Amino acid sequence: MRAAATNALVPGDAVRKRSRGRDLIASWTPRLVIAPSAIASFIYVFAFTLWTLYLSLSNSTLLPTYQLVGLKPYFELWSNRRWEIAYGNLFFFSAFYVVLTLAIGLGLAIAIDQRVKGEALWRTIFLYPLAVSFVVTGSVWNWLYGPDAGIEFFVRSLGWENFTFRPTTNKDLAIYTIVATGIWQASGFAMALFLAGLRSVDPDLIKAAQIDGAGPARIYRKVILPSIAPIFLAVAVVLLQFAIKTFDLVVALTHGGPGIATTFPANYVYDLMFQRGQIAIGAAAAIMMLLALAVVLLPYALWTVWRSRRTAGAHG
Amino acid sequence: MATLSVSRLYKRFGSVEVLKGIELEAGTGEFIALVGPSGCGKSTLLAMIAGLETVSEGEIRIDGTLVNSVAPKDRDIAMVFQSYALYPTMTARQNITFGMESRRVPKAEMDAAVKRVSALLQIEPLLNRKPGQLSGGQRQRVAMGRALVRDPKLFLFDEPLSNLDAKLRVDMRTEIKKLHQRVGKTTIYVTHDQIEAMTLASRIAVMHQGSIQQFDEPQVVYDRPANMFVAGFMGSPSMNFIPGELTKTDGAPAVTIALEGGETATLSLAQMPAFRPADGKVVLGVRPEHLFRFTENLKAQKPALAKLAAPVEVVEPTGAETHAVLKIGEREILGRFDPDHAPRLGELMPLGIDMSHACLFDPSTQSFIPQAAA
Repeated sequence: MRAAATNALVPGDAVRKRSRGRDLIASWTPRLVIAPSAIASFIYVFAFTLWTLYLSLSNSTLLPTYQLVGLKPYFELWSNRRWEIAYGNLFFFSAFYVVLTLAIGLGLAIAIDQRVKGEALWRTIFLYPLAVSFVVTGSVWNWLYGPDAGIEFFVRSLGWENFTFRPTTNKDLAIYTIVATGIWQASGFAMALFLAGLRSVDPDLIKAAQIDGAGPARIYRKVILPSIAPIFLAVAVVLLQFAIKTFDLVVALTHGGPGIATTFPANYVYDLMFQRGQIAIGAAAAIMMLLALAVVLLPYALWTVWRSRRTAGAHG
Repeated sequence: MATLSVSRLYKRFGSVEVLKGIELEAGTGEFIALVGPSGCGKSTLLAMIAGLETVSEGEIRIDGTLVNSVAPKDRDIAMVFQSYALYPTMTARQNITFGMESRRVPKAEMDAAVKRVSALLQIEPLLNRKPGQLSGGQRQRVAMGRALVRDPKLFLFDEPLSNLDAKLRVDMRTEIKKLHQRVGKTTIYVTHDQIEAMTLASRIAVMHQGSIQQFDEPQVVYDRPANMFVAGFMGSPSMNFIPGELTKTDGAPAVTIALEGGETATLSLAQMPAFRPADGKVVLGVRPEHLFRFTENLKAQKPALAKLAAPVEVVEPTGAETHAVLKIGEREILGRFDPDHAPRLGELMPLGIDMSHACLFDPSTQSFIPQAAA
């Protein structure tokens, strides 16, 4: 009897051991799978950010050095008029680019939402610019804005011999060409997301609002748009970080010119670091860009956390 | 107070005819249920009454006024949706007042209306919450509040209870009935649940494949279904259909049905049928609750009880009653029995059929064969 009882325990133990091993594998597999990309993004994002921060406080020039000199590179950066213009351009561009892209994207989405004929075609047409790289967009619009082959050439060939349209050569207008081109490229993207949002609104809601006596404008304003508010925010954040990283569009469209009128921070950072051997100042400029991004993204992140807490609290 | 009348109403989507000549009317304060399986066109009909779908042909009149091309907002109707359709970004109070705001009702009047409705539906504590913070039943109440606050001519309900769990559904059904008794508004109520239709409606319109099969009071629809579709759709478990032949026994009308092994049983009819189908073939319709264990005592109480023997195939106790599947000839029929007299599995049961409640159908047209006038 006793022997039998002891024997009976053995397979049970084996099962338990095996299942413990399986538990271990089960709990480690996801971590192992995520690890490579987690490590890569840690190095790529945090380590290089910290390194850049360190360099921005050093006296590096052509090559990185590790002697700290405090905020000196930042003072040098801010005493440079080109940087001031670049940072100013960034805010000017971001504000117009984001607001107008949202507005035009929303307008297009609402227009297409009216069950127009050939909807798929319109959607594709408006979405295509996003598939084109910034460099190509910049080059094509550079030709369009330019006098030799673009809009001016076309209008003159129609007979208006004195027509002049060369915004990229005017230092006050050049920045608007960048804004306009950026909008041309991104408004289809905004439209696609807004349209998806509009289509996700429960059709019963709209019927209910119709019965409630609301006209189309009021239905959009009070019922549909508020319920897709999160999409607005998401699109705005995506556009803003596009705006802050703007680099290739400017390079291809205006080369930062005429003069330094359309310099953007990213262009300036590239210039300082890889053309002029001013690594410390370049790093300082990069950190300033990071700050600009943080100003945008931190409140968004906090808001998201606050909102999920609030809804969780309401349910609890 | 208002009436609704729908006549010769058609709805076509391209070449597909969804509604085929609907005739429907609701008197003041009536509660009309539109019931039918999914795809029968009942929701389309409701949407057309609401003005959310265009009319292909025919007329819809509210209070005698033709409203075919009147916008939903000008029809003076209120609607409760299956999904509730509460505006997710507004509080319950804003949901309720949205319609009045659209119509520029003065603030004081609005507050008074909200107060009245929220007291009626007991939703005062919920007024400042958003729909996401409400349970299914609470949302349902707010949705009804939004409809009630308008004091409309017509109330339209589109399967308002189908998103609730079973218990809550029964509670809300009672609430809707109470509410209708108190408010007394003309109501059109779409449902696929025949029990909801039976319990709530003053008249039921049973729809199938785009046309109304029968439009009558619930008990009439239940007792004298216009055709085999209505008979099968209304009632759960549904009516048993047994094919047979009209015959006579002792000079009285009877139905002869086939049993196992080539035997037959002749069941006397309680009433004379109004007509005899060409070849004498009929379908006998018997509801599960009209099947009993035959005893002489019961026969004394129910003189119309007809007797035959039927083998028991399946027995399913549900507590209150016992369902059993019996075999009659090649057919299986379902009966609901008192658990004390329930069939036993494998038994050859002496089955009593209460012929005073049995229906006859013409198998060629599937339609009901009424009794001859006495």
